[in-house]
Amino acid sequence: MADFYFSLPPLLRGFLQGLAVVLVIFPIAGASSLAERKVSAWIQGRPGPNRAIVPWFAAIPFLGRFLQRLGLFHLAADGGKLLLKEEPLPGHVHKFYYTIAPWLGLIPAFTTITVVPFGAYWDSAMQTMHPLVLANVDIGILAVFAIGSLGVYSVILAGWSSNSKYPFIGSIRASTQLSSYEISMTLAVLPVFMWINSPGSDGSLSLARVVEFQSGTHFLGGLWFVFLMPLSALIFLIALFAETNRLPFDMPESEADLVGGFHTEYGAFKWSLFFVAEYAHMIVGSAVFVVLFLGGWNPLPWVPVASLVHWFHLENLPFVVGLVSIAIFLAKVIFMIFFFMWVRWTLPRFRYDQVMRIGWRRLLPLAIANLIFYIIAIALLT
Amino acid sequence: MATEIAFPDAAAKNAAAAAESQSESMSLSMGPSHPSTHGVLRVQLEIDGEIVTKADPVLGYLHRGDEKIAENMTYNQFVPYTDRLDYLAPLANNVAYALAVEKLVGLQIPPRCAAIRVLVSEMARISSHLMGLGAYGIDVGAWTVFLYSFEEREKLYKLFEELTGARFTTSYTRIGGVARDVPPGWLEKVGAFCDQFSPILEEVLALLARNRIFLDRTEGVGVISATDAIAYGLTGPNLRGSGVALDLRKDRPYLGYEHYDFEVPVGTKGDSYDRFAVRGEEMRQSVRIIKQVLAGFPSGDWFVRDARRIFAPPKDKVLTSMEELINNFMIVTEGPQMPAGEAYFEAENPKGILGFYVVSKGGGVPWRMKIRSPSFCNLSILPKVCVGEYIADVVSILGSLDFVMGECDR
Repeated sequence: MADFYFSLPPLLRGFLQGLAVVLVIFPIAGASSLAERKVSAWIQGRPGPNRAIVPWFAAIPFLGRFLQRLGLFHLAADGGKLLLKEEPLPGHVHKFYYTIAPWLGLIPAFTTITVVPFGAYWDSAMQTMHPLVLANVDIGILAVFAIGSLGVYSVILAGWSSNSKYPFIGSIRASTQLSSYEISMTLAVLPVFMWINSPGSDGSLSLARVVEFQSGTHFLGGLWFVFLMPLSALIFLIALFAETNRLPFDMPESEADLVGGFHTEYGAFKWSLFFVAEYAHMIVGSAVFVVLFLGGWNPLPWVPVASLVHWFHLENLPFVVGLVSIAIFLAKVIFMIFFFMWVRWTLPRFRYDQVMRIGWRRLLPLAIANLIFYIIAIALLT
Repeated sequence: MATEIAFPDAAAKNAAAAAESQSESMSLSMGPSHPSTHGVLRVQLEIDGEIVTKADPVLGYLHRGDEKIAENMTYNQFVPYTDRLDYLAPLANNVAYALAVEKLVGLQIPPRCAAIRVLVSEMARISSHLMGLGAYGIDVGAWTVFLYSFEEREKLYKLFEELTGARFTTSYTRIGGVARDVPPGWLEKVGAFCDQFSPILEEVLALLARNRIFLDRTEGVGVISATDAIAYGLTGPNLRGSGVALDLRKDRPYLGYEHYDFEVPVGTKGDSYDRFAVRGEEMRQSVRIIKQVLAGFPSGDWFVRDARRIFAPPKDKVLTSMEELINNFMIVTEGPQMPAGEAYFEAENPKGILGFYVVSKGGGVPWRMKIRSPSFCNLSILPKVCVGEYIADVVSILGSLDFVMGECDR
């Protein structure tokens, strides 16, 4: 099967890869929206969505009831409603930008996921692990930042083209907030890439290589970067919250004062695109965090997938190894998404000026100090 | 000196640049349909960037003419309308209204009736503050607090339903008594509620009171000085948050509040956090009062027995005796008969001082009724307190004032 895939023309392969991204991210984003409702219900002591049921499913003995309790049909019903609903186009909006804004939010999120490695397969010929990634580009993290930060245009354009005051304020907040936190975010990951690139040799910003460095079995080699660089991880995580517009940093859409923020004037499918884009950004952010700091697809520090292969004699089952690594990676991403939700339903929201103050006066100096510390540390070590 | 040498037209250029960089203010209509204006308040804001330069509350979206309505119905018929004043504490409104009319006729209610009224007023206070606290949580972005407090409020509503037959529109009091005595076993349920409520209250308060983000959002925000609070006629937790210990339950006791041991919490700075903290403490004190009421719950009549022309006779007598049947018919159709005169009574309600000014020319219908609603007066400080704050803080201030538009617009 793999051989057949590689025999396809590159254009078709690229198309299939793109399709894979859409087919994987959309369901995960949908599941995340259901999870958000279920997690919030769990935190708040409610049952959450548990009513909707399709008649035929109700007849299935245990499964039907379980799926109903899980609220799976609410997800389907919501999706169907948003698809079939009338698409309103308010008369006072700038139609072109208003229409493309949701897509501009979705595209960067879907593009960045292509450079994030999500698993590894066992190469029995070379006796090593090879990362599974749609586009293993050498600029890795740079591509994530460069493309991911384009998402801000979606928010700005949505707010501006809506020609309405609340979205306008929301989009202005978004543009300042997103560009402010990007600086700390970039500075926070620099130590990781200085660590994996020894001075003088060919440098690489590849994300797969970061995981490689966390896949060792000796002391520093197997240590996840979250333990090696806790401050970097913390700054990156906080900036991630700000970049994905999640509470406590959800200034652009803080519903208490701005009603719906930048998407106040949106409805039906366009609104749901923003919704999916938010979750897609969250998924990408979580995936990048897992790759950078949580050891990627390695189950435990000092226990890489390669060790599992040897322990359980999976050398001849490359597909199983791949699935195991993907499962481990997904589990970590899901934990991160849960963490996002956990925080959202626990903490109050910052005020706009407080967000700015944290970004510029706390995180940025901290990120710079952190960077300098690791520059000195790495210089001393080498 | 330097300007003289280098740039002869610097002053003109500077002036032009200053005029150009002068930011333009923007008007923003917050409400009447807005998630955080707690009903249909509309605040006409003028903002300079994120800073509010002017805030104008626009009222009247929920005006129903309650005062005029009162002139067209008997005293007892108006009780349901008092439910709709502060609809988060209808029982307290019922009590305040009944007391005002009873003051007009100089009626002394028996101790059991007074105890019931104190009990329901304090329960209404807890339910109102729970809602205020939870909604405040939403205003600053903490949804979970709302649902935690809502669950407790739900338990209170179950108790209200058992007592009055309605969860929300209780209409419990009558002139000269209450609609019905407490059902058997109900008092024990109230006691059980109090016992389980105290630890949960501490948990709910701890969710916010020790939260760094919540403190950042509320401390020093919307500061109202004691002088301002008095000058604008603030009452209730908003006044006490500014450090003025005015509580009618202490200062002008009614319903025998002087017999109960409780404290009046006051704030020190008058900011949003103080108002929040005062509400939290008031709930603790209300629990204390409820426990004392339950401990010494008097037996005897729950209505005034000798007020033949005011309180309708008991149902069993109505169906057996001609006299009582006629009496019941007269009170229901023509209303409780009041002497000519006027009376003003104000009670310490959850939101502040709720006053009823009743003018009677005799008969069963008031000639004029004026309602002094605490929310209306509390909102009057909005233009002063919002100026210079951030847009997000307007929401936080509105939440901390804890108003209800039903009673503000009447």
